[in-house]
Amino acid sequence: MTALVDTIDSPTSPETGSATVELTDVVKHYGQMQALRGFSLTLAPGELVALLGPSGCGKTTALRSLAGLEPVTSGVMTVAGADVSHLPINKRDMGMVFQSYSLFPHMTAQENVEFGLRMRKVPADQRRERARGMLAEVGLEGLEHRFAHQMSGGQQQRVALARALVTRPRVLLLDEPLSALDAKVRVELRDLIRRIQTDLKITTLFVTHDQEEALAMADRVAVMNNGVIEQIGTPEELYSRPRSAFVADFVGLSNKLPGSIVGGVIRAYRATFDLLGAPLDDGAVIAYVRPEDVEFADNGVPAVVVTSSFLGAHRHTVVRVVEDGVLVTIQHAANDAKSPGDRVGIAFSGRPACATPA
Amino acid sequence: MTSTHHTTTPPALVPKAPRGRQSTRPASVSPRRTTRVIILSATALFLGTPIAALVGFTIRGGLDGGLTADHWLGLFSGDLGAAAKPLAAGVQNSLVLALVTVALMLVLLVPTMVLVRLHVPRWEKVIEFVCLLPLTIPAVALVVGLAPVFRVVAQIFGSSSWTLAFAYVILVLPFSYRAIHANLMAVDVPTLTQAARSLGASWFHVLWDVILPNLRRGILAASFISIAAVLGEFTIASLLSRTNLQTSLVLVAKQDPYLSNIVVVLSLVFALILLIVIGRVGNQPRRSRS
Ligand SMILES: Nc1ncnc2c1ncn2[C@@H]1O[C@H](COP(=O)(O)OP(=O)(O)O)[C@@H](O)[C@H]1O
Ligand SMILES: [Mg+2]
Repeated sequence: MTALVDTIDSPTSPETGSATVELTDVVKHYGQMQALRGFSLTLAPGELVALLGPSGCGKTTALRSLAGLEPVTSGVMTVAGADVSHLPINKRDMGMVFQSYSLFPHMTAQENVEFGLRMRKVPADQRRERARGMLAEVGLEGLEHRFAHQMSGGQQQRVALARALVTRPRVLLLDEPLSALDAKVRVELRDLIRRIQTDLKITTLFVTHDQEEALAMADRVAVMNNGVIEQIGTPEELYSRPRSAFVADFVGLSNKLPGSIVGGVIRAYRATFDLLGAPLDDGAVIAYVRPEDVEFADNGVPAVVVTSSFLGAHRHTVVRVVEDGVLVTIQHAANDAKSPGDRVGIAFSGRPACATPA
Repeated sequence: MTSTHHTTTPPALVPKAPRGRQSTRPASVSPRRTTRVIILSATALFLGTPIAALVGFTIRGGLDGGLTADHWLGLFSGDLGAAAKPLAAGVQNSLVLALVTVALMLVLLVPTMVLVRLHVPRWEKVIEFVCLLPLTIPAVALVVGLAPVFRVVAQIFGSSSWTLAFAYVILVLPFSYRAIHANLMAVDVPTLTQAARSLGASWFHVLWDVILPNLRRGILAASFISIAAVLGEFTIASLLSRTNLQTSLVLVAKQDPYLSNIVVVLSLVFALILLIVIGRVGNQPRRSRS
């Protein structure tokens, strides 16, 4: 506790090192509404964890609780082993970038970045130096004297990132910082964030509802639903071994096939799939099968091509199964062109899949 | 919709201000130039005539219709005679009242509005209602209610002239509230506060370094409009038997009508300057510093 306060007050601590961050059983009520119901998450030092989930699942609440912006109902939060649950926001030493533009409108980019250093009583010449360096780091050399209203959204978020990082906080918190930007800038900035984060080895929690962003940036992705983490793992683990239908549906594309559970395995369209996640009773289910786990086969299930789109390295073709009219997406080689109306047969690789009772 | 689109002149050819009959816009939103000139002239005549008459009166040399600067020169030479005393007291009281009123208003309004915005935004409607209420209460009614209050005020603070500021704060509340509110709406106070806090700022620094600078325009506008309102106030001061600029002018007018009218002209000029400053403050473009 004293150690933390010291690092904040000490004027020159360019390297504070990376810290383990741990949230244990955090509960947050808004009146009757439970936004977090026993939320637990551990971030290894220097790790970037993406908190991914649909709108309203509690991502922002989790991040704001860690930042100290929302008082939690119960639970413990530690940074490098020290309990920060009761520290005020300005003593938590966490850099934040918000979804909405949050630059101080009456200050230049330079003054914005210097703000945190000024609060830590860093001498003016050092402040100027460090702020300039950080602005150059985020690619804004020469724009130091611009005001927020003279910059694009992407530039403003770069300044916000520099402002959050210049004090070398032990934790970086990002709440959908890219969601207001257009696609190209979004990709540029996410690469920039990842590069700087890796350079500084700063423990980072990145909130997003965009699965592509999460998979592209994170060391590990925590998929959140309804106030708890459903599954946490590397992007590969989440994609190939989703633990629940929710994760299978939210991460990557999944076909939803009508099927049934018979003796603990999924049966759908003459194929069988081992069941991922919690066991289910026998009965009708929806099975979640990836497009790359479906292929064309001459004597497969009869279907008719609806659309086929070229995606560079491969092709996604949507077919309608003749017997029940279900639409199935198939990922296949780009050179195997299909036209709408083509009669085809489809088969399944039989790789393990998730299911929910129908 | 589509047809209008086709007939519309390309943007570059549309004059910024419609010029009389040459205007190419089929149905312009702003009135024609001639209409505007007529309306403006009528208004100027209506408002300007009494002021012109007022100024004319202050430079009149007796009943023969000659012009003289004597009355004005008398003011600046300090040779004001018996009328000077109440007038000086009135001016002084009003200036003190303006300052105290502005200070009270800012201390009362700014932190309240910021805190409500941050922590209990659902109370904003209540605050607005309370602040706009004085508009609906006639000054006379206000005084009836205030008289007993001021007996208590006098017991606590004595009966110095500045205590009238407690009443004036109520009077200027609607205008000040509006000015600050407009500014507050244009600033994302919660996000800026959270950003500052996460960067290590104490509440003092949040207010002083982040919120107040961004409310500068609203605060200045609220202050100027309060000053103007206080300097022009007559009813309450008169009914509570206090001396301020306006009540002293009435007194002076009986002894030296020229002097009282000169002071009225001066206070009009002062109010005009205040209004121009308010306008400037509101429109000032920010430039980058280097
Ligand atoms: N200040 C608040 N008051 C009441 N309910 C809130 C408040 N903030 C968030 N919530 C509720 O908590 C839930 C989680 O919200 P949030 O964490 O913002 O979700 P996300 O960031 O994942 O979209 C939502 O159902 C939301 O309506
Ligand atoms: Mg959110």
